[in-house]
Amino acid sequence: MKARLLHLSRQLVSWSALLPMALTVLVAYLGTVLWSLKVSLTNSRTFPSDEYVGLAQYERLFNNDRWLLSLENLALYGVLFIAICMLLGFLLAVFIDQKVMAEGALRTVFLYPYAMSFVATGLVWQWMLNPGNGIQQALRQLGWQDFTFDWIIDQDMVMYTIVIATVWQASGLVMAMLLAGLRGIDEEIWKAARIDGIPTWRVYVSIVLPMLAPSVATVFVLLFTAVIKLFDSVVSMTQGGPGTASEVPAKFIMDHLFGRANIALASAGSMVLLLTVLALVAPFLYARSRARRREERG
Amino acid sequence: MSAAPGRPRQARAPGGVRLTPARIGIYAFLLTAALFFLLPLYIMLVTSFKTMDEIRLGNIFALPLSVTLEPWMIAWSQACTGVNCNGIRGGFWNSVLIVIPSTVLPILLGALNGYALSFWKPRGSQALFAILMIGAFIPVQVMMYPLVRILASVGLFSSLPGIVTVHIIFSMPVMTLLFRNYYLSIPQELFKAARIDGGGFWRIFAQLMLPMSTPMIIVAAIMQVTGVWNDYILGLVFAGRDNLPMTVQLNNVINTTTGERLYNVNMAATILTSMVPLAIYFFSGRWFVRGIAAGAVKG
Repeated sequence: MKARLLHLSRQLVSWSALLPMALTVLVAYLGTVLWSLKVSLTNSRTFPSDEYVGLAQYERLFNNDRWLLSLENLALYGVLFIAICMLLGFLLAVFIDQKVMAEGALRTVFLYPYAMSFVATGLVWQWMLNPGNGIQQALRQLGWQDFTFDWIIDQDMVMYTIVIATVWQASGLVMAMLLAGLRGIDEEIWKAARIDGIPTWRVYVSIVLPMLAPSVATVFVLLFTAVIKLFDSVVSMTQGGPGTASEVPAKFIMDHLFGRANIALASAGSMVLLLTVLALVAPFLYARSRARRREERG
Repeated sequence: MSAAPGRPRQARAPGGVRLTPARIGIYAFLLTAALFFLLPLYIMLVTSFKTMDEIRLGNIFALPLSVTLEPWMIAWSQACTGVNCNGIRGGFWNSVLIVIPSTVLPILLGALNGYALSFWKPRGSQALFAILMIGAFIPVQVMMYPLVRILASVGLFSSLPGIVTVHIIFSMPVMTLLFRNYYLSIPQELFKAARIDGGGFWRIFAQLMLPMSTPMIIVAAIMQVTGVWNDYILGLVFAGRDNLPMTVQLNNVINTTTGERLYNVNMAATILTSMVPLAIYFFSGRWFVRGIAAGAVKG
């Protein structure tokens, strides 16, 4: 009896310590998601209403040109951003891994943009890409009279400028994480490959890259969530313009939540984002927990 | 993911460090990349020391003909955001006021969660932890409006405690994971010995575990200070007009001004805003990278 009481009081203390976490999980994470789900099924405008309209908001959402454009922009941006970051980050990591001089300095240079905010990044690139005073103007002054680089004011090209700025900000992170992966690879593999006379690039592509799969997967998930979140950079670089040419879903949702007072439509949009993320992240988390369990079993 | 980068290792490229065409190619690539990465920093710096006349006529790459500190002064104390012309120093102090509690409290909570999860394991806590980990991937937009309503209903919306609460919520997954993994690597025997010596829940936490966690606390502090300082969207929505962090004020200074844009002032303001995280990055070096690797599961 006494032992059970003791056990119970022990549980009580540790539970009370976890109270803030329990509250956060139940209210701030689960609660808010359910709330947004509920709002997305109503006809709420400025305030939540209890009048359910089924999936009408989702229908409206996918008939909304601005939303469709946002999705299209995000898809284009996401593919390019992830592909270029991965490629550049991998190349930087591999080249740094060749016993180069000043390795520390190079790593510092490649990674420092990651310490800067998206807002600051967006503002610097906005300044550099501005055709009136930026790179275009500078090269024209240097005698290259018809040099044109005005993507940031071109509706068809503006998304690429956001890719450039954010790749600049994030590829150092990919480099750092893949370099850590490279350094974890067994030296024996290199010796064996050298004895077999396999060219270095071949070893990287056929042996090392597959071995880096877990790091690559982690980096991918990291970049993917950054894509879904894309907001600060767009706001600071283009404010969604010119026109609506660089609108993205996160901005669409924010505008409808706070500017256009249509919280139901915004919530429907946010649920679409959530489903997209979960569809991608769930298999990743599942695979990882399985791998861990297998490891534990030995 | 725990492998620390930068461990020295044996030469691997055949031929070692002789200058072959391949080596020249490697250096050419790395130097070109380094130029690409350094260019914006260079342009920010030179622009911030130029006069507006020089910017209008000159070349974005050119060094300033006459160095002026005026843009920095204006950015700090006179630049306008809307009708307010007090510079971004207000934003700086707001950010400081937000960052301090938003670093200390999440670390304490993360350590506490990690400690309870790895040593006491009360029933149901592992499920809670699993949901928290999935929660890390929920886009902020999903949680935004409900959080606004919840905070408003308890009178915390648009206030300093409000924005700190929001930072606690959004940082809890990483902070908890960081400390949980760290405590899992500590031998259970140590904990059992402390129990036998009569240590209670709080005493073991405060006198044994927390002092042992210094390396993790440093990593977590670097991540939190950088993340909170660089945050834009949460500050924009939750901080309220009197507490707008520096990033929000910076964006307001640059993107809402009417009339001629003072690019030199804008660049000085951008550097000022980036100073804190950049200083942390340059001085903390390896720790910064360690934090990235440890927090990589988060989005």
